Amino acid sequence: MTFDTAHELLEQYRAGGLKPTRVVSSILEKIEQLDSKIHAYVYVAGERALAEAKEIEQTRKKGPLAGIPIVIKDNICVEEEVTTCASKILEGFRPPYNAAVIEKLKTAGAILLGKSNMDEFAFGSSCETSVYGPTHNPWNLECVPGGSSGGSAAAVAGGLAVMALGSDTGGSIRQPAALCGIVGMKPTYGRVSRYGLIAFASSLDQIGPLTRDVRDAALLMNVIAGHDGRDSTSVETPVPDYTKALSKEIKGMKIGIPKEYFVGGIDPEVEKIVKEAIHCLEKLGAKVEPISLPNTEHAISVYYIVAPSEASSNLARFDGVQYGFRTQRTAYSVQRSEEQEPLRQMYFATRGEGFGKEAKRRIILGTYALSSGYYDAYYLKAQKVRTLIKNDFDRAFESYDCIVTPTSPTPAFKIGEKTSNPLQMYLSDIYTISANLAGIPAMSVPCGFTKQGLPVGLQLLAKPFAEETLFHVGYAYEQANEWHKRHPVL
Amino acid sequence: MQSKQPSELKEDQIRYVAKLAHLSLTEEEVKLYSHQLNDVLGYMAELAKVNVEKIEPTFHPLPIHNVFREDEVKPSLPVEKVLENAPAKESSFFKVPRVLPPV
Repeated sequence: MTFDTAHELLEQYRAGGLKPTRVVSSILEKIEQLDSKIHAYVYVAGERALAEAKEIEQTRKKGPLAGIPIVIKDNICVEEEVTTCASKILEGFRPPYNAAVIEKLKTAGAILLGKSNMDEFAFGSSCETSVYGPTHNPWNLECVPGGSSGGSAAAVAGGLAVMALGSDTGGSIRQPAALCGIVGMKPTYGRVSRYGLIAFASSLDQIGPLTRDVRDAALLMNVIAGHDGRDSTSVETPVPDYTKALSKEIKGMKIGIPKEYFVGGIDPEVEKIVKEAIHCLEKLGAKVEPISLPNTEHAISVYYIVAPSEASSNLARFDGVQYGFRTQRTAYSVQRSEEQEPLRQMYFATRGEGFGKEAKRRIILGTYALSSGYYDAYYLKAQKVRTLIKNDFDRAFESYDCIVTPTSPTPAFKIGEKTSNPLQMYLSDIYTISANLAGIPAMSVPCGFTKQGLPVGLQLLAKPFAEETLFHVGYAYEQANEWHKRHPVL
Repeated sequence: MQSKQPSELKEDQIRYVAKLAHLSLTEEEVKLYSHQLNDVLGYMAELAKVNVEKIEPTFHPLPIHNVFREDEVKPSLPVEKVLENAPAKESSFFKVPRVLPPV
């Protein structure tokens, strides 16, 4: 039961052999038993989850996810439940409202298990910048689970939740999904409402599913996708039934393999495994051809200008006034000028004490890139190169249905290995960030294991609002293999 | 305003930018960030060689424009509920340290 998918559980509920309370209590037991080692959760809402399960049983509530336990990344607002973005500066924050996706999950009958660990404000690729300490990869506890949705990925991979919500600004759903051996999807920008998602980079952020298989990702997308008037960037395009796209037949589908994703920095074992997966797609009848996305090499530079710029602006709201942490300092130095007024001293101290190292690093980088005189050289230049990256994809999708790449250049690395070198850490996002810059949907599916037993992910990309193509190709690949049936021994 | 070329982030500049961002940093942090961000900016210098003549910036990935809606009065969050999260409050207000200098 521990590693059952949501669709398998739903089937067992329908058949009458299994009840949500039993599933919830067995997961809670597992959390109790294993989460001291994995540390996927920052908060477990055990009693409430059990009460919700009971209610669903008693009322025989129907819904596409009725009785399915799910964990929520700690940057998505759940009413009255501590939501901190794994940052000290949001210490004790209890949102007075639910995010749009939470409303939808509740209507669908899903049971909220609690909040999952993440990099502080989603700034990171390893889950190590959390104020609560790192999450461990269920496949090897000495390794990172990836990030920033590392807690969500580790919970699903380790059997501590059936499915999870994460957010993806530069790969934060796909990279941890790859490193933990599960399915993760970043929808098209605008497909899922961001209302109630605590903003990191508003032109890049999307909420999406982390699940054990492709069908579960489709089920969860059916629930969370759709227009929401409270997010003015959410789009009115109708939401199809994504499960209808799950077909094993991909004969004749045109798949492009960008050569720029197989140079430099890629781990040879990852390269070999991904190439085998591409060969499998070919055997299934897809027409696979090499393509070029020539501006790929600029993606990291563009992203690490655009994302911190937007972040430095979004994080201005954390100042110790409306919510969260305020410095304990109450004595302020004598005011000699406007700059030294006690209110400003409180802002400086609160932010200096409340933000972690990576958050401060990005605030400084972003503020610098936006500062007077440097705007043209950094921010504006980056946004223009972003157009070139987007144009590369537009051109490719004129001839191809889907683009296939590795999700991450390496398997999970050791905890602590990259923390002292931010540039090395930033480079681990090299294959995922282009999708955010271009706004296109992308998915990671498990495609094998290294000799050390660490999972590797295959990334699929499609044109805007072509999530169905990703479900189609992802499902065909998954069903032709057995990777999603392997689980870590804990 | 004349546009400046990307340059090294010296410690003084880190202090200046931190001030713009309302962020107090320790001297240790100033040194660390100056060193680390120079690495990052050094890497980004590669953007200089990209030709973007006649290329429009993509501030937003989708071609969406201003979204209008009816200007209707709708209920907003209750004041008490919002104030529950405030580190300091008084009656129905957020409370902050002194703003005006003592007379």
